[in-house]
Amino acid sequence: MARFFHSVGGETYRFDSLGEVMAKASPARSGDYLAGVAAASDGERVAAQMTLADIPLAHFLDEALIPYEADEVTRLIIDSHDRPAFAAVSHLTVGGLRDWLLSDQATETSLRALAPGLTPEMAAAVSKLMRVQDLILVAQKIRVVTRFRNTVGLRGRMSTRLQPNHPTDEPSGIAASILDGLLYGNGDAMLGINPATDSVVSLCEMLIMLDGIIQRYEIPTQACVLTHVTSSIEAINRGVPLDLVFQSIAGTEAANASFGVNLQVLQEGYEAGLSLKRGTLGNNLMYFETGQGSALSANAHHGLDQQTCETRAYAVARHFKPFLVNTVVGFIGPEYLYNGKQIIRAGLEDHFCGKLLGLPMGCDVCYTNHAEADQDDMDTLLTLFGVAGINFIMGIPGSDDIMLNYQTTSFHDALYVRQSQGLKPAPEFEAWLQRMGIFTQADGRVRFGDNLPPAFRRALAPLG
Amino acid sequence: MQPELPVSATTENPWQELRRLTPARIALGRAGTSLPTTALLDFQYAHAQARDAVHLPFDHAALSAGLADRGRASLLLHSAAADRDTYLQRPDLGRRLNEASIRHLHDYGQANPGGVDLAVVVADGLSALAVHRHALPFLARMEELANAEGWSLSPVALVAQGRVAVADEVAERLNAKMVVILIGERPGLSSPDSLGLYFTYAPRVGLTDAYRNCISNVRLEGQSYGMAAHRLLYLMREACRRQLSGVNLKDEAQVPCLEATPAGMGNFLLR
Repeated sequence: MARFFHSVGGETYRFDSLGEVMAKASPARSGDYLAGVAAASDGERVAAQMTLADIPLAHFLDEALIPYEADEVTRLIIDSHDRPAFAAVSHLTVGGLRDWLLSDQATETSLRALAPGLTPEMAAAVSKLMRVQDLILVAQKIRVVTRFRNTVGLRGRMSTRLQPNHPTDEPSGIAASILDGLLYGNGDAMLGINPATDSVVSLCEMLIMLDGIIQRYEIPTQACVLTHVTSSIEAINRGVPLDLVFQSIAGTEAANASFGVNLQVLQEGYEAGLSLKRGTLGNNLMYFETGQGSALSANAHHGLDQQTCETRAYAVARHFKPFLVNTVVGFIGPEYLYNGKQIIRAGLEDHFCGKLLGLPMGCDVCYTNHAEADQDDMDTLLTLFGVAGINFIMGIPGSDDIMLNYQTTSFHDALYVRQSQGLKPAPEFEAWLQRMGIFTQADGRVRFGDNLPPAFRRALAPLG
Repeated sequence: MQPELPVSATTENPWQELRRLTPARIALGRAGTSLPTTALLDFQYAHAQARDAVHLPFDHAALSAGLADRGRASLLLHSAAADRDTYLQRPDLGRRLNEASIRHLHDYGQANPGGVDLAVVVADGLSALAVHRHALPFLARMEELANAEGWSLSPVALVAQGRVAVADEVAERLNAKMVVILIGERPGLSSPDSLGLYFTYAPRVGLTDAYRNCISNVRLEGQSYGMAAHRLLYLMREACRRQLSGVNLKDEAQVPCLEATPAGMGNFLLR
């Protein structure tokens, strides 16, 4: 392993590996202190950033942070690295890459061409040198467009995952939240339920129900029940209609093992999903969730900082051409991201790194009640994501997930971004909203229809 | 000429009837496209309650006195997390006892050798409120059942700034065959006082969650004391019979999750 020295302010700092430089260069967060890998002082942190800035990108191809022999994610990263794509920046250091990304040489086109040439560790490294405005400005240049039954990720648009969770998976309760969300213009990224139970029977019932709703109301969107990939394969084997295949993933082989998956299992899930041929506009059908701290919480971080581990998960994701990737930034709790400041920065880092690597990034802008965060922090992060060009956010009634017991963005929050930044839903869904008389959007302003859409009036009639 | 009536700035949703189908915050209406003031403040109050529950200090003394009233002894312990800020950022410290507590348990063990069937531990966890409200009535119910079946119980170990796994260390030092910990769960917006129970057979330091069985959401709006106690006694009998706990010990006493709808209507969108 390489040793790195940096002298500044009359002090000489020594770092014994690339992983140590990366960890100590990371902006402060509780999870890195918990892991014992954070810089011991602010001075050491900046010295590590200066050290990192001087390291050639090519060095990342020589020093694997987790040995090639020991970890299939490392093998995936190295084996799938695209040298010709890398050529555009292969002469640069990490600091030079930051300057290049901010320069006019980095355009939507050149960044798309570069993506397969960057490893996750390069992306993580450069993000550690970037301020919030840099993370936003570069991400904004990038567009990653994916298609299944609609088109997500186009410039000027932001989609929402309607998340109609219910503490006992009660169908009428789920349906009530779905209707509420649709009538607030939510759900173009997907109708996606986190089930309370993991029984395959109830999973299949939920999939059939979501498919029925999408068909009955001709909604140009897709469905997902967020269960283990092996359960999705089982549902597909039983002939149940399944659109998106979900799985939580992490950036090390051992952390993925703690989720009960590996690359082979994910491949099987991907192929099972493709076999159904349910996408009408495209075949992006994997839906991955990630989050800083997951590798550490599985004690599978190999002494790396949590943001570097997180970025390595994006190598796993991009191998399967996902429809969406969601960093669930504030869910894991204050031992990994302590407060609003840490959550906001981590969310923007994940979005930037994911986009830079060519992923359709969204974010669960969220927090738990034991974190030092509140709605104001979420408003700030949401606003920044709108500017950064995020593909999708969550949408839930009144920000309150009554099953998972955390707070995420609401149907109203998405409308706030539409009003304040003029961002529209996916084009196919926008047309559906207009056709149904739910709302139209012109010059940024959202104008709701005066009456309940007739189709939904019929569903509601017997309730009265 | 009639004076013009002021136009309301908020729009109500005509689907408010759906609220009886779910505790979710649906049909909130809108001011422009934003939350109306009432809905906004309802949310802020719920969040404030949850925050207050997280930061409420653990009232050792009141619980100890309440137990003494029933002739139950208690042991006052503290985890290695000195305060709430440390507790929230260092889960590893919340899983271990501090030095004074280790000495206290050591002295107790010297004076009371022989061990027990079940060590009973209570920790504040993420909601002291849950413990203050539900620990004593639940324990009264549970002990009634346990005594009837002849199980021997330890004094109640009250652990401040404790996490679930701290129960393993307490139980090991009390030479207990099994342990149950009553702990405040992470508060949700609508559930600041939810109590969780974690049960382990053959507890020892270093076990993971895979060795534990959980009985969650014990509170007035959730699982009753009686049902939770019934489940715990079931787990104790089965664990002793099969000599294990955790993922391989399914809670067959559990009632199915998918119950009939309150309104009996199912998915009304597909009628």
